[in-house]
Amino acid sequence: MSGVTLNQAIKRYGDVQVIHGVDLEIEDGEFCVFVGPSGCGKSTLLRMIAGLEETTAGKIAIGGRDVTDVDPADRGVAMVFQTYALYPHMTVEENMGFGLKMNGMPKAEVAEKVGKAAEILQLGDYMKRKPKALSGGQRQRVAIGRAITRGPDVFLFDEPLSNLDAELRVDMRVEISRLHNEIGATMIYVTHDQVEAMTLADKIVVLRAGHIEQVGSPMDLYQDPDNKFVAGFIGSPSMNFMQGVVEGGKVRLPALGDALVQAQVALPGDGAAVTVGLRPQNLKLVADDASPIVVDISERLGGVAYDYLDTPTGERIVVETKGDDVQPAGANVTLDFDPATAMFFDTTTEARLR
Amino acid sequence: MDNIAGTKSTLTWAVNLSVVALVFLWLFPTLGLFVSSFRTGDQISASGWWKSMFPSEQNYTLRSAAPDTQVQEGALYVIEGNLFAEGKGGEISVWGISSKEIDSFVPGDTAELRKGGTVTVDAAGNYRMENTEPFEGSRGTRVFVTAVSPPEFTTENYGRVLFSGSGNDKMAKAFFNTLTVTIPATIIPIVVAAFAAYALAWMDFRGRALLIAMVVGLLVVPLQLALIPLLKFHNGIGIGKGYLGVWMAHTGFGLPLAIYLLRNYMVGLPRDIIENARVDGATDFQVFTKIILPLSFPALASFAIFQFLWTWNDLLVAKVFLIDATGETTVMTNQIVELLGTRGGNWEILATAAFVSIAVPLGVFFAMQKYLVRGLLAGSVK
Repeated sequence: MSGVTLNQAIKRYGDVQVIHGVDLEIEDGEFCVFVGPSGCGKSTLLRMIAGLEETTAGKIAIGGRDVTDVDPADRGVAMVFQTYALYPHMTVEENMGFGLKMNGMPKAEVAEKVGKAAEILQLGDYMKRKPKALSGGQRQRVAIGRAITRGPDVFLFDEPLSNLDAELRVDMRVEISRLHNEIGATMIYVTHDQVEAMTLADKIVVLRAGHIEQVGSPMDLYQDPDNKFVAGFIGSPSMNFMQGVVEGGKVRLPALGDALVQAQVALPGDGAAVTVGLRPQNLKLVADDASPIVVDISERLGGVAYDYLDTPTGERIVVETKGDDVQPAGANVTLDFDPATAMFFDTTTEARLR
Repeated sequence: MDNIAGTKSTLTWAVNLSVVALVFLWLFPTLGLFVSSFRTGDQISASGWWKSMFPSEQNYTLRSAAPDTQVQEGALYVIEGNLFAEGKGGEISVWGISSKEIDSFVPGDTAELRKGGTVTVDAAGNYRMENTEPFEGSRGTRVFVTAVSPPEFTTENYGRVLFSGSGNDKMAKAFFNTLTVTIPATIIPIVVAAFAAYALAWMDFRGRALLIAMVVGLLVVPLQLALIPLLKFHNGIGIGKGYLGVWMAHTGFGLPLAIYLLRNYMVGLPRDIIENARVDGATDFQVFTKIILPLSFPALASFAIFQFLWTWNDLLVAKVFLIDATGETTVMTNQIVELLGTRGGNWEILATAAFVSIAVPLGVFFAMQKYLVRGLLAGSVK
């Protein structure tokens, strides 16, 4: 049992509170991803779990043991840093064995564990090299290998892939996913890249300004966001939001030429302002010379294209189109979509209307 | 376009010129000292060191052998020998027997001596004096020669200064005294400062900022301020004048800069590495010895060079805290000062003594200079 439990965890720097009473339950063996815009406190939360930041108030437990005031070394965690944080004066082998050596493990045992970790990550050829003789991807593998060697209850990853180039990032993402299946340990992973979050996570925790916005499986968050922030954050390209006005059980959208959208949720009374969210994937372009909506730019990525539209109200809309039926820039179009895919949010509280 | 950062400045030539000028300003006297230390006193007074590399034309006043070495060959009394018997050499171009006309004869000529008799000198300096009467007087006759001598160097000065010299000339003892002062006075402050710098850089405790400010403040306090009170203190606690006292004084005077330099270096080490070591289970002491110390090696080496050089070259602190009336604990700088007084005209001794004292710092610098520029951190973080 090595789940992680946070109970009303609070972090303050002087008078500034950056983590506001976070409650979170991470199951044993779960891959949990903290995601959010920069400055949302996700790294701070991870460091609090690692013990590198003091917890101002509240409780943190790992595997049922209260570790709020325990030294980092005694928490049974291993951390992988964004900057790799390899010891530059030691070889790969020494880097990986350092933690065990510090805990007074006999040399033979250290060598055996290092060898095992090296095998998992295919680092065998580099064991005698210093970090500066390794490429970025290899360094990151060593950093992960160092974490594995210690055999911790919980792995903590602090944006481990953000220093790698795009191609390596995909490779390492797959490797981390494989690693999780192989080891089965609890992993907590911080990222601002929602693709990493979506592909890796069993459970995503969306954070904003020190508050948890929503916790759930990736598809839960995508299909059923609790509020406008989560809806906008999860999914790529992000969801289109348009201001609308309630009119007799329907919502009038000025941006789409006063189109009326049938809502299947409980709307507020007539005249109330609501925000309508539409995913780019659920929109379709129809050429219509009479429409006030104009294609501004079209990005063709091969399989799909993203069309950026200008609406009369100034709101921009992104539409994902497949195949070759791309509208030229400057064309007038209307949008076609299934009303059931629209999401409605309260304009003031940003909460989802259900 | 001209002022964009990273483009080559148009003043590069001024930088290059200044560097060249500075290099020459430093190299020239050092080289002169080095060359002079291998020349004899006569050579130094006769010509500049820059001429010593080439064969030189010099005037010598030489003397034949004394009259009591004369032999009788038939009716003639003869004195034979070589004018250059004293170890000089060269090829004589002209010679003379009067100080007013030192160039009246060429080799092979025969000159009439004023006191009677003749003398013949060849190019190699062999002479033959002949007279029908016996030569009189106690000294040989003077011969003025102009000779071209090949470049000539001697290690005699070093032998004299290091081993065989008498009294003040002998530097060997002072050399080892200087080493005895310098090595502990370099190691002790580095060890103390490394611990202090780690604490000031990476350990959180109350009053840390104040301590750092105090260390920076101490940087501007001149050491002369502390000489008398410290000496009184040393005498008071019974250390008196001696090595222990001078080690402590050098340590104290060196610490502010050492702590300041090392702290600034250590604080720049990547935080992630240290935090990772903590997560890995290293204690503060282990973080210090296994991570910080190896990574701080360039800073430690550069401070070691500084501290070594100025304890080696120090005269003031040694005079105040070490050298007593017996002179048993004199250091090289002090010895050279004394040499200046007693052997002020003997440039060969002074140059050699100076070069003996410069040699070790030069060696230290060339051995360690790569640590001044090497970045040990390459590859640790992206």
